[in-house]
Amino acid sequence: MTQIFHDSDEDRRHRARWWTSRIAIYGALVLWAVICLFPIYWTITTAFKLAPDVMQGRLVPFVDFTPKWKGFEALGLSPSTIGTESTPRAEFLKRFFNSAVISVSASALAVALGSLAAYGLSRFTYRFGWMKNDDISFFFLSQLILPPVVLALPFLVLYKELALLDSRIGLILLYALTVLPIVIWIMKDQFASIPTELEEAAQVDGLSVWGAFLTIILPIALPGMVAAFILSLVLTWNEYFFAALLTSTHANTLPVMVASQTGSQGIAWWSMAALSFAAILPLIVVGVLLERYIIKGMAAGAVK
Amino acid sequence: VSLTVFPLLFGLIIAFSDWNLSSVQGRTFNGIDNLVQMWGDPFYWNALLNMVWYTIAILVEYAIAFGLALMLNAQIRARKFFRVAFLLPLMLSPVAVSWMIGKSMLEPRFGPVARALRGLGVEEVSFFGSPWVAKATIMLLDAWTFIPFMMIMLLAGLQAIPKELTEAARVDGARGWRAFWEVTFPLMLPVSITAILIRIIFKLKLADIVITLTAGGPGGATDTVTSFIFREYRDRSNVGYGTLLAMVYLVLIVVFMTLLMKLAARYTAPRT
Repeated sequence: MTQIFHDSDEDRRHRARWWTSRIAIYGALVLWAVICLFPIYWTITTAFKLAPDVMQGRLVPFVDFTPKWKGFEALGLSPSTIGTESTPRAEFLKRFFNSAVISVSASALAVALGSLAAYGLSRFTYRFGWMKNDDISFFFLSQLILPPVVLALPFLVLYKELALLDSRIGLILLYALTVLPIVIWIMKDQFASIPTELEEAAQVDGLSVWGAFLTIILPIALPGMVAAFILSLVLTWNEYFFAALLTSTHANTLPVMVASQTGSQGIAWWSMAALSFAAILPLIVVGVLLERYIIKGMAAGAVK
Repeated sequence: VSLTVFPLLFGLIIAFSDWNLSSVQGRTFNGIDNLVQMWGDPFYWNALLNMVWYTIAILVEYAIAFGLALMLNAQIRARKFFRVAFLLPLMLSPVAVSWMIGKSMLEPRFGPVARALRGLGVEEVSFFGSPWVAKATIMLLDAWTFIPFMMIMLLAGLQAIPKELTEAARVDGARGWRAFWEVTFPLMLPVSITAILIRIIFKLKLADIVITLTAGGPGGATDTVTSFIFREYRDRSNVGYGTLLAMVYLVLIVVFMTLLMKLAARYTAPRT
């Protein structure tokens, strides 16, 4: 049987070009994925290594080295120590718990306040002195520029007076304040995409302004709120600067613990790795599961 | 609102006082002495200069982020996997990252990067030894964390470009580089500028990884303004002076950002 259709030379060249570009794209993508993921992989595996494994640079668990719970033992979290009393574990859990409480409540507070502010700004007109709506929202946004150092010391003194130093409430308030501009930014965008006719119809049907906001608008704006909440969560969970300055023993967060151990542990990589792993794990989970919302939240401001 | 305005005013008072938390006499007003001290403080100027370098590095980050966004926007398989993988660095705490990468992967004896470099024949491996190498390492670490941020904004911008436009360009015979430079890039300009501006804001706050990794060393080569003031507060308890530095920094930032936004507004204004 003879071949009827031939690839002409022209086609063949085209196809070769197509293949090389495919390979280049996937090569670059895979390379970057490795750059992004290898440090995480490295940390997780190092948490299960012993000193000789670290020094000989063994990479693959079970093949190169046998995983051991040594790193988690130092934290009191390994299977052999989980039943016994352990000070490091109590310490670690306290920090972990602090971080969780502070970041969740600060984000919730910021989203609650930010949504209200953003709703107001997108639906009603205000005059505050010479400032109109746009000026007010610009004022909120401009606080993003404020570097944390500028706020640090006044807050240190203020909190000392109010006895909020080294307390969870203090950090919650401060964190809510720092993420508020971002929340307002995302939520304003979200509310702007909801047509005003919806509320007008609701008010014609006899709902008050608050009623319309709570029953009609909020459910529609929920994805935006989730996005804002997650972004705030990421920022507050990772915050180090204020936490290091404003807390000492009681309300310390996880990043402060990680930072203070960084210098002192020396070559005890396994326990540092276990600690870092514990510090990044919640956010990795959040990132993998809720990636859609995060991207949506960050994209909100970009396309305008 | 009052929560930010009040501290600012209060900070202004402190800035012009001689106040060391470890001294007994407490706070005394000393007028412009702090300003004079700042003028002659080489480390503060050095930190400011470093900020300029760090900010310039954003252009490289931008180029990489744009490339990644373009690839993610192309017809590829496993797009979701790559998107999640590329996003993850942004989620990690900078403090943990500075240990994960800075202290362990870049460790000169046992770290995998040092090992790989030795395999390639580089003998003297040290990432925080000489000033410029240390600066570059900090830049890379920070880039690692924040490239995803710009990438996502740019990706959103790319997806907002109407398909008809790129197709029309293709019909008109624009291919490859020409299509990119003459169609995609101009359309992406507003988004790019927004992304870069926001990135600059974040960059100007850079401190965590510097504090935990190098404490500003060697010889102040990696110091940022924030990390410098942090040490002024925590290690030297020099509250009045530190606050003045912070205030000066704030003024500089506001001036710089205002100029930048004015400049940017010229390019982002809707062209019809």
